Amino acid sequence: MNIVSNLISSYNYYIIIFLMISGLFIVVARGNMMKKLVGLALFQTSVYILYISPGKILNGTAPILRDDFTIYSSPFPHVLILTAIVVGIATLSLGLALVIRINEEFGTIEEDKLFEEEL
Amino acid sequence: MAITTIGIIKLRNLFSVVILSTIYSFLMASLLLIFDAVDVALTEAAVGAGISTVLMLSVLHYTKRNEEKPKHSSILAILVCITVGGLLIYGTYGLPAFGAANTPLHTHVSSQYLLRSLPETGVPNVVTSVLASYRGFDTLGEVIVVFTAAIGVISLLRKDQREN
Repeated sequence: MNIVSNLISSYNYYIIIFLMISGLFIVVARGNMMKKLVGLALFQTSVYILYISPGKILNGTAPILRDDFTIYSSPFPHVLILTAIVVGIATLSLGLALVIRINEEFGTIEEDKLFEEEL
Repeated sequence: MAITTIGIIKLRNLFSVVILSTIYSFLMASLLLIFDAVDVALTEAAVGAGISTVLMLSVLHYTKRNEEKPKHSSILAILVCITVGGLLIYGTYGLPAFGAANTPLHTHVSSQYLLRSLPETGVPNVVTSVLASYRGFDTLGEVIVVFTAAIGVISLLRKDQREN
C-alpha cells in the first residue's frame, strides 16, 4: 500500500527520471556530437521540472499577486530556472561552436572516427 | 513527450532529431504552464523551441545530416543508466508528495517573498521582483556567464586568426 501511494503521489518524479535517464543514455551511448548536445539539452530540461514541480501547490495559481487569489505556487524555483535556461542556451551555443570547429578540422563529428584519426 | 524522447534516441537523421527536440521544448513549455511557472514557460518556448532550433539547424548546414551507427555496443551505457535510474527512484522516497503545501520550500523563504514583495518592491509579479531585486546579483552573474560564452564562441569561430 505504501509503495502504491508513493507511486501516485510522486509520479512527477518518475517523469523526470525517465527524461533524465534518456538524456544520459544519449550522451553516453551515441557517438554523434550533435545528438550528444540534444541529449544534454534533454537532461537539462528534466532538471527544470525537477525544480519547478515541487513548487506547485494543488489549487494554487501563478505567483502574480491579485486580490482574488490567496494560494500561490512558489516563485523561488521559477527564478532559479529562468537563470538556468539562459545559461543553458549559452552552453549549448558554445558546444555548437566547438562542433563546427571539430568538423572543420577533421571533417567529421562522429566520435569513433575522431578516435581513429588520433591513432 | 515520452514518444518524442524515444524518437530522439532512435532516429539517425539529425534534421528530424532537431525538429523533434523543438516539439519536445513546446511540450515542456506547456507542462511548465501547468506547474504555474508562466514566466519559465514563456522563456522555454522562446529559447528552447526558438533560438536553440535556429542555432542547431544552422550548425547542421555545415555538418553531415545523418548519424552513423555506433560501432561498440551500448550495454555499458544501459548499465550506467539503470544504476543511476535505480538510485534516483530510491531518492524519490525522501521527497515530498506532488502538490503538497507544507513542504520546507513553501514554509521558509517562498512565503516571505510572497508576503513582502508587493509592499517592498511594488511589483505584483513575484518572479520579476525576486529576479531583479532580491536576487539581482544572481542575474548579474548570469549575464557574466552569457558574456563569457559569447567570447568563447567568437574566439572559436573567428576566421582571420586561424589562417595565420
